[in-house]
Amino acid sequence: MLEALMKIFGKNEKPSGQVAKERLRVVLIHDRASVSPELMELIKNEIINVLSKYMDVQKKGIEISLANDEDSVALVANIPVNNMRHVASRRL
Amino acid sequence: MSQVIVITSGKGGVGKTTTTANLGVGLAMRNFRVAVIDTDTGLRNLDLLLGLENRIMYDLIDVTSGRVPYNKALVKHKKYETLFLLPTSQVRNKDDVSGEQLITLCNEMRKKFDYILLDCPAGIENGFKTAIAAAELAIIVTNPEISSVRDADKVIGELNRADKNNIKLIVTRIRQQMIEKGDMLDMNDINEILAIECIGQVPEDEMVIMATNRGEPVITMNDSLAGKAYKNIVGRICGEAIPFLKVPKEGFFARLKKLFGLF
Repeated sequence: MLEALMKIFGKNEKPSGQVAKERLRVVLIHDRASVSPELMELIKNEIINVLSKYMDVQKKGIEISLANDEDSVALVANIPVNNMRHVASRRL
Repeated sequence: MSQVIVITSGKGGVGKTTTTANLGVGLAMRNFRVAVIDTDTGLRNLDLLLGLENRIMYDLIDVTSGRVPYNKALVKHKKYETLFLLPTSQVRNKDDVSGEQLITLCNEMRKKFDYILLDCPAGIENGFKTAIAAAELAIIVTNPEISSVRDADKVIGELNRADKNNIKLIVTRIRQQMIEKGDMLDMNDINEILAIECIGQVPEDEMVIMATNRGEPVITMNDSLAGKAYKNIVGRICGEAIPFLKVPKEGFFARLKKLFGLF
């Protein structure tokens, strides 16, 4: 009932054209970055290789993705660490 | 000075072939010598839209494979005598013609024609790559709708990758009432997202279907808004500065009539 009333006054939702525009903007950021799952996997493995020099990372638990924030893209990585290697402190 | 233009879109069904047929007729109405080439091998339709389906003797593949010279395969338009169609094959497939073959063909045809329009197949696979190879201007057709705009953006990326940087946009099937209600992407939205020069805004118009039914492109119908929009696009291709059409709002009485189902 309330929903129907809200609809009559047009206050419950954005016009669909606006929604389309916002969805497009987000999806095109991804499209234009043109990152295939294969490339993502490649990036992930290289990051693991570099990090493994300094710490023992939990390979299975790693999550890497591209995240959208308004009009920018960020590479977000969640990498669980099991243990630090001694080399890390020695090198410093 | 001749120009080879490819009409492309990525997504199917947005109005590529309709646009090709209308621009071809429109340029011929201005007495330019125009060739329209259907490169949608296996799914030919440009012949139907121009009403020339019964006059086809040879096709694009016959020409590119060297079986007949191109002028033997050209079909002259019944009414506009400077307009010629080079149909494609309905039985062969897209891999039967290559980009190099099309470039060679277009270079030969440039001597005889002012404009060569290539109707591109949907998709971004080989057929698309072949069609864009020969063109110096790409016209992207899109609808004010989320999936075709996304595909248009992808096509812009593919064109840039192929070093085709002269790209223009035509938006078709615009529904003014929906835009006014905020339920359709408007031209500002699309321009902002795709960031390429727009040379045409074609309103949704039942006359486009009626024109297709008859095989006479809508640009020949003087009382059609879409036809008028296509005429303006032809002018812009010829370098004229023409302001975009103002699509009239549906009046109060028309809406009232519609409400009561009077027509």
